[in-house]
Amino acid sequence: MRVQRIWTDERARGVILQLLLILALLLVLAFIVSNTVANLQRAGLASGYGFLGSTASFDINQRLIQYDSTSTYGRAFVVGGLNTILVACLGILAATIIGFVAGVMRLSRNFFISRIVGAYVEFTRNVPLLIQIIFWWVVILALPKVRDGISFGDTLFLNNRGVRLPAPIIEDGAGIILVALALGIAITWQIARRARKRQDETGQIFPVVRTGFALIIGLPLVTYFLAGSPIDFDIPVAGKFNLKGGFNITPELVALWVALSTYTGAFIAEVVRAGILSVGKGQTEASGALGLRPGLTMRKIILPQALRVIIPPLTSQYLNLTKNSSLAVAIGYQDIVSIGDTIMNQSGQALEVISIYMLFYLTISVLTSLFMNWYNARIALVER
Amino acid sequence: MSDSIISISGLNKWFGEFHVLRDINLDVASQERIVICGPSGSGKSTLIRCINRLEEHQEGSIIVDGTELSHDIKDIDSIRREVGMVFQQFNLFPHLTVLENCTLAPIWVRKLPREEAETQAMGYLERVRIPDQANKYPGQLSGGQQQRVAIARSLCMHPKIMLFDEPTSALDPEMIKEVLEVMVDLAQSGMTMLVVTHEMGFASQVADRVIFMDDGQIVEENIPSEFFENPRSDRTKLFLGQILSH
Ligand SMILES: Nc1ncnc2c1ncn2[C@@H]1O[C@H](COP(=O)(O)OP(=O)(O)OP(=O)(O)O)[C@@H](O)[C@H]1O
Ligand SMILES: [Mg+2]
Repeated sequence: MRVQRIWTDERARGVILQLLLILALLLVLAFIVSNTVANLQRAGLASGYGFLGSTASFDINQRLIQYDSTSTYGRAFVVGGLNTILVACLGILAATIIGFVAGVMRLSRNFFISRIVGAYVEFTRNVPLLIQIIFWWVVILALPKVRDGISFGDTLFLNNRGVRLPAPIIEDGAGIILVALALGIAITWQIARRARKRQDETGQIFPVVRTGFALIIGLPLVTYFLAGSPIDFDIPVAGKFNLKGGFNITPELVALWVALSTYTGAFIAEVVRAGILSVGKGQTEASGALGLRPGLTMRKIILPQALRVIIPPLTSQYLNLTKNSSLAVAIGYQDIVSIGDTIMNQSGQALEVISIYMLFYLTISVLTSLFMNWYNARIALVER
Repeated sequence: MSDSIISISGLNKWFGEFHVLRDINLDVASQERIVICGPSGSGKSTLIRCINRLEEHQEGSIIVDGTELSHDIKDIDSIRREVGMVFQQFNLFPHLTVLENCTLAPIWVRKLPREEAETQAMGYLERVRIPDQANKYPGQLSGGQQQRVAIARSLCMHPKIMLFDEPTSALDPEMIKEVLEVMVDLAQSGMTMLVVTHEMGFASQVADRVIFMDDGQIVEENIPSEFFENPRSDRTKLFLGQILSH
């Protein structure tokens, strides 16, 4: 009698089912772990993460932090992880811009524009990413040799070794430029606040975005010259066979970045298009009938509503991009997987290395999702 | 007719091959209240949507308060500022509160200070009898309340002319009444109104003229009493027979 009541109680039933599920999962996990450990021991392999402290003795040319062949495996992993994060952040930034611009342009009433964007989206979405990564890599490697590479105003060089940019050399007194930048941002922020207040009080609209741009770029620039150019640029110089000085971005990073952003950008364009189309025509008409111009209608009416539809699939696209960056291994960009592979071969600690991959991607994905869910909840619609 | 606020002459419109509006001539005097009726698909919505350029016409001219509708964005802007519109589906902005719905256009188009826009919006919300809902979102209101907000939202732009496209067709009977009351109120305040509706009670109570459309043409127009008592064309008789037998 009592047992039956618990079983038919909606809440109790939910709890019991979940407990049973967790128990089953734990059992399966315990079986896999004990089985693997036993197998490894039989094969005479030590398990555990002690190997992370051993010397790596291989080189990594693409690195954001200090590293050489005497560093440890652990440090090599950090270098790889940072490289993955670098290309993922650059990729997400570019893919978002490409995606929003292309998504809006595909809805353009201009037949020519919408067709061109449509062709880009269809083509990019339907060719495997791996092939696109290799394609861009081959394109860059097929660029002229360093000697007769392409130069833009003798400061930016493009050749089969990648892209070479001027590298800033910080000298004494450069700090004041940072101060100017901070000041520019602070003033812009103040202006934005004042402008909002002034609009509230008097109704006048102030061009905040334009003024802000001018301040944030102009102020540090003026300071730079007033302070007697305290930052020098190590401008690449074309030697006979090589470029001297400057700062090089490898062909692998460029290829991976371009491929990931154009590929994911095409998917985001579709997400954005669907989002905008999900806002009914009636909204545009009501806004127009009230006298709002198309630009304001887009900013104040369409996009805020479209974003609610766009954010969840946009999150998956960000996660896809991050995970897809592991295809870097195909062209030798030294991301976490590529470096992990080398470590796996040298140390034989396959299971541990793979567990590190998983933990790494899981952490990044969970963090991304948490952030996007928070943002989505903030803009959720209030319904009855 | 120099005293007419809307002057439509020789208006023709096609949707592709389909001839929706055929040679429409219509003059509306300031403060006049006109009810437009007719069978479904006869072009009533299309006609009033041409007046604020939600639809583009191909032939003829539409002059609103001295400005002729052309491809010039300035002309379209200034006409839209004079003409308010209420839709069958309300079309409130669901991501903004009732108050924000009413202040958005005054702030961004008429460039009013926020406080002034809000005071004015509260005034109109009182006039449509829902000041207590100001901070709710449209999704939290009943259909009748939403439609009244939509009317208040339009009034906040101080239009000289109000267009209504079947404002009560999506509502339950008891809500129809509350919306019609607001519209009667508005009519009595001297607003120029063009109302597409099949609410014949409303037509006989406030309309100065009833226009019957069929097949893209104005078939008949008359003062309400004559229109209902002595319809001239057979098509009008047939239509009135169907409507009134409901
Ligand atoms: N955007 C459009 N493209 C093509 N045809 C259209 C379009 N809008 C309306 N039509 C057609 O034009 C005709 C008139 O439409 P309209 O909406 O003006 O009729 P209505 O008199 O308002 O009808 P209802 O009482 O059903 O609202 C209809 O046959 C409709 O199918
Ligand atoms: Mg209609």
